[in-house]
Amino acid sequence: MHLLKQIFLCCALSLILSLLPSVYAVPATGLPLTLSAEESVALCSSRVRDRDLLINNWSTTTNAAQVQLLQAIADGELYCKRSDQSLWLKNADGSFNALTSNATLTNGKGLRCVGSSNKQRQLIATIVAARALYSEEVSARRAAAAALLQAGATMPSTDTLQALMQHEDDGQVYQDLRTAWALTLAQNPSLGRQELLQAVEILKDKGTPQCLHALEQLGQSSDEILSDAAQQAAGWVQFYLRCATFGENLFFGLSLGSVLVLAAIGLAITFGVMGVINMAHGELIMVGAYCVWCLQQLLPGQPGLALILAIPTAFVVSGTLGMLIERTVIRSLYGRPLETLLATFGVSLILQQAVRTIFSPLNRAVQTPAFMQGQLQISENLSVTLSRVIIILFCALTFTLILIIMNKTRLGLEVRALAQNRPIARALGVRAGRIDALTFGLGSGVAGMAGVALSQITNVGPNLGQNYIVDTFMVVVFGGVGNLWGTLTGGLIMGLISKFLEPVTGAMLSKIVILIALILFIQKRPRGLFPQRGRAAEA
Amino acid sequence: MHSAKHVTAPVKPELTLEVSSPIFNRSTCYVVELLALLTIGSTIGALCGLISIYAVTLMGKYLCYALAALSLDLIWGRLGILSLGHCAYFALGGYMLGMYLTLQIGTQGVYGSNLPDFMIFLNWDHLPWYWQGSHYLLPSLVLSLLVPAALAFIFGFTTFRSRVGGVYLSIITQALTYALMLMFFLNELGFGGNNGLTDFKTLAGMDITADGTRIFLFALTAICLLLAFLLLRALNCTRLGRLLTAVRDSESRVRFIGYRTEHVKLAIFTLAAALAGLAGALYVPQVGIINPGEFSPLNSIELVICVALGGRDRLYGAIIGSLVLNLVKTIFTAWWPEGWLYVLGALFVIITLFLPHGLAGLPQQLKWHRSNTIKEAA
Amino acid sequence: MSPLTKLTQGASAALTKGLNRVEHKWHHANSASRPHARGMMLYAEDLTVSFDGFKALNNLTFYLQAGELRCFIGPNGAGKTTMMDVLTGRTRPDSGNAFFCSDPQHESPDNLYNLLQMDEVAIVRAGIGRKFQKPSVIESLSVGQNLELAGACNKTVRGTLKRGLDSAEQDYICEILQKIRLSSRANVLAGTLSHGQKQWLEIGMLLIQRPRLLMLDEPAAGMTPEEIELSIELLHELKGRHTIMVIEHDMAFIRAIADIVTVLCRGQVLAEGTMDEVSSNPAVIEAYLGKDDDA
Repeated sequence: MHLLKQIFLCCALSLILSLLPSVYAVPATGLPLTLSAEESVALCSSRVRDRDLLINNWSTTTNAAQVQLLQAIADGELYCKRSDQSLWLKNADGSFNALTSNATLTNGKGLRCVGSSNKQRQLIATIVAARALYSEEVSARRAAAAALLQAGATMPSTDTLQALMQHEDDGQVYQDLRTAWALTLAQNPSLGRQELLQAVEILKDKGTPQCLHALEQLGQSSDEILSDAAQQAAGWVQFYLRCATFGENLFFGLSLGSVLVLAAIGLAITFGVMGVINMAHGELIMVGAYCVWCLQQLLPGQPGLALILAIPTAFVVSGTLGMLIERTVIRSLYGRPLETLLATFGVSLILQQAVRTIFSPLNRAVQTPAFMQGQLQISENLSVTLSRVIIILFCALTFTLILIIMNKTRLGLEVRALAQNRPIARALGVRAGRIDALTFGLGSGVAGMAGVALSQITNVGPNLGQNYIVDTFMVVVFGGVGNLWGTLTGGLIMGLISKFLEPVTGAMLSKIVILIALILFIQKRPRGLFPQRGRAAEA
Repeated sequence: MHSAKHVTAPVKPELTLEVSSPIFNRSTCYVVELLALLTIGSTIGALCGLISIYAVTLMGKYLCYALAALSLDLIWGRLGILSLGHCAYFALGGYMLGMYLTLQIGTQGVYGSNLPDFMIFLNWDHLPWYWQGSHYLLPSLVLSLLVPAALAFIFGFTTFRSRVGGVYLSIITQALTYALMLMFFLNELGFGGNNGLTDFKTLAGMDITADGTRIFLFALTAICLLLAFLLLRALNCTRLGRLLTAVRDSESRVRFIGYRTEHVKLAIFTLAAALAGLAGALYVPQVGIINPGEFSPLNSIELVICVALGGRDRLYGAIIGSLVLNLVKTIFTAWWPEGWLYVLGALFVIITLFLPHGLAGLPQQLKWHRSNTIKEAA
Repeated sequence: MSPLTKLTQGASAALTKGLNRVEHKWHHANSASRPHARGMMLYAEDLTVSFDGFKALNNLTFYLQAGELRCFIGPNGAGKTTMMDVLTGRTRPDSGNAFFCSDPQHESPDNLYNLLQMDEVAIVRAGIGRKFQKPSVIESLSVGQNLELAGACNKTVRGTLKRGLDSAEQDYICEILQKIRLSSRANVLAGTLSHGQKQWLEIGMLLIQRPRLLMLDEPAAGMTPEEIELSIELLHELKGRHTIMVIEHDMAFIRAIADIVTVLCRGQVLAEGTMDEVSSNPAVIEAYLGKDDDA
């Protein structure tokens, strides 16, 4: 009841204050706060340790004024006047307001900051967070309730939680409070069986690692019925958790896979279909990523628009660059793959260094627009990053587009004709030079688009391309040169394997293991997963 | 049997077959003389104090690269296998000798223990088994040839048997050196992780920073380079040398005249790796450090451009190329570090487009070009 | 018999013995599957090869006797080159059998080879030489060096660690050079030879290995009429001494050399007989010759 009264008072007060700001001149810090003599002494003491008791006493407070005062201590904005031991709060403009009167000071002469220790500041933070449970704002309550379930949060007492639950009308907050309540119950095995069994049910439904821990504790209870129920529930939760981990790995694997596929599709066209080795492919990706950064600089405050505009821009910029490389370097080296490899490697070095000179050798911060931030909650333990979901979708879209271009358009037909039999295709009127340039431009443009996607998940810097070039070539070779579906499958498989390996071996080792496995695989099946057969392939 | 009738057919007496050229042709003699002159001259110059020790060490470094480039020329220029990971063998050889030098530090390290400092840092209490061979110089030298050769043998055995060739081979050699680089970055592997092996004190009892040691190492490198050059030159003049050319130009034809080309490639690939390992072993005591950066694919690429710059399949081309390239690199990294990658990149493009035979082939190319333009004019 | 021939044959016999250690195992293990006929040099039975559903060979069966010169003709895509690919180990068939007997008079497990279980090199070493459709000589080596490599007795890596030629080898190369009419060009680069000369050099590189069976894929393609004349002469010289299979499109050339002609169509044998017989066969005319002005 006391609690209710306080809540009511707070609400009423804030209502009045908000209604009558101009009538009743309230000092910025004018709080209905009365401090006992002891509390004043503790606050004014020059010894930080003396404030331990005060903070502990207030740890379950719901009084807004007390909470605000604590926050001020933690922020280092509470000052004490040496002469009369009065307390002052610092304003943003450097002036000071007295805590209990309307007096103000323009400068901090004769004032001493009320210090706090790290530990005290942590404690204050949890108190402030718990206070939010009484907030009027649903969103604030939701955040506070969710914070209760974070590891290491200080839990309010069972009774407090129960009282809060009774007056909670928001479903989400209620659920979280209930879980918190069940967790506090589980800490207290001396309670009645009925209540604990109820807690077991709640914990089982929630199924987070924290709940599992609590259930395992309950499973050791001397009460057999209770321990059985708890153990059974723990088994279920473990199962849920394992599923969630699996799902998470699956998702991250798919997302890494689609990044690889995105980076490799362009290569699948230039290397797979045209047979041109382009070691500068990674740098074309990098150029695409820098397009995002440049557009975001041009359109400040609109990162989302810039990102969307960057997709066509990157396609055009990288595509043009690719066509330029094709016209100047690769054109005169057709049919000499090793020379092409070396020359394009040279181009890649020049591009890399050019980026270092023009932009900076350091990584550039690309902003993530609002619509790509946040999580998609799939189940209690499984949430996926929105940006990665969008990248998977983007990859699927790009792949479909390329597939349509290669299989359903005139350009695709001519490209495939050239790849299969160059002289005959030319004799039939395919303008080889033009088609080569266009195809190379398409592949490079797609590399640029991949760069746009990559800018959202990795650092945008001069080494971006280099980091992907070995992987992307491996994807294309692994999938089978000349086969777009092979590239898709190869990339996804590589992504999945590496994400499932990572928890076991660590990131670095998993990369090494995959590289070596791929080297061995290529030696076993030099033509990849989906080899081309036929007389042309045999030659 | 069936040819019995034809053996008695008259053979034209004037027909002489020239299948092998002499080992000491003009260019070989020049190279031998120049190298010998350089070695003797620099050694005497350095001993008399005319040449700074810094210059001698720098030259020794270049000669190590030249030796590695020479071995790459054997497999790329002669055999047509473009390895984009040749420095992996160089670095492995270097690590093998680096391990010996590390153990030679003994109790002079920071922690004053018999174990290398980084092992103390990892809380290891004894040497791992693969460090046991590195207590003495001779076994370490042998290992620095054998370990790269063994890796090349295993890699080549599976690769050549499954007939992976051309661009695919280049890509997987690059992947291999990339994987090795990542691997050597791992602390748990016991090769010093990120920092590699450094702070060497003595080599076979000699102070590694002493002038005498440095001159000795330079001279040793020059002699090794000379011997390797002569060995490869002699090899190229044998039937095997001609077989290598044949494999490069038309592997399938060579198979159809009854040679197991995978054996040929494997043997040469292994030999080249051992030579690169030797180069690495000579390199480490001169620069005083070996770290995973040596495995970086860019290093191997630089080696490739050395060979391409000098001119492929000429042996001396690889030496000229690596000397010129590294000299330019030294100048650029001192005066304009950012410009180096531009130069390197431009070199790749220019050489592949306009100088297919490298610097060594430039005079011939010019002559050919001139005669062609004269023909056109006429 | 000259000491040279004895020497080289002795060496090659010893070599073959060594090399065949592995290969013997193959056909011993497979002694259950034997060719249906006896006394032939080459048995090709029910060979089927398909590329993505297209049957390049469809139950192809034929036999070849020792000393025969057999020509294969057929429209494009009939499977002629694929057949040679299968017999020389380049392509693995989906089903069928192929056996080669190096000495049909004394057929025994020791000289009967199951070709489908051997790789190209083993097949070459068993005594089958093949010339490709596109002349493939080693262009950056001289004619003499090409022949030197082809004629070497010991084809292991260690065996090639010798500098020049001994006199026996030199004589033998000169003999072959004469046979293929390239004596005057022994020391020029093979890349500078004319198209026809390259074809001869390639044949010479086969002859120097003393093969039992020669497979020539389009030996007259791209030759001038004079060169074709010389090729016909060369083939007549070889006839009887070697067993020869020829694939050719030039009907005049075939008429000049062939005893028996086999017509392939859609991966199968359509007809077999003398040139006159097959050219009057209505099925052949319909499939192929009817469209061809040469016939």
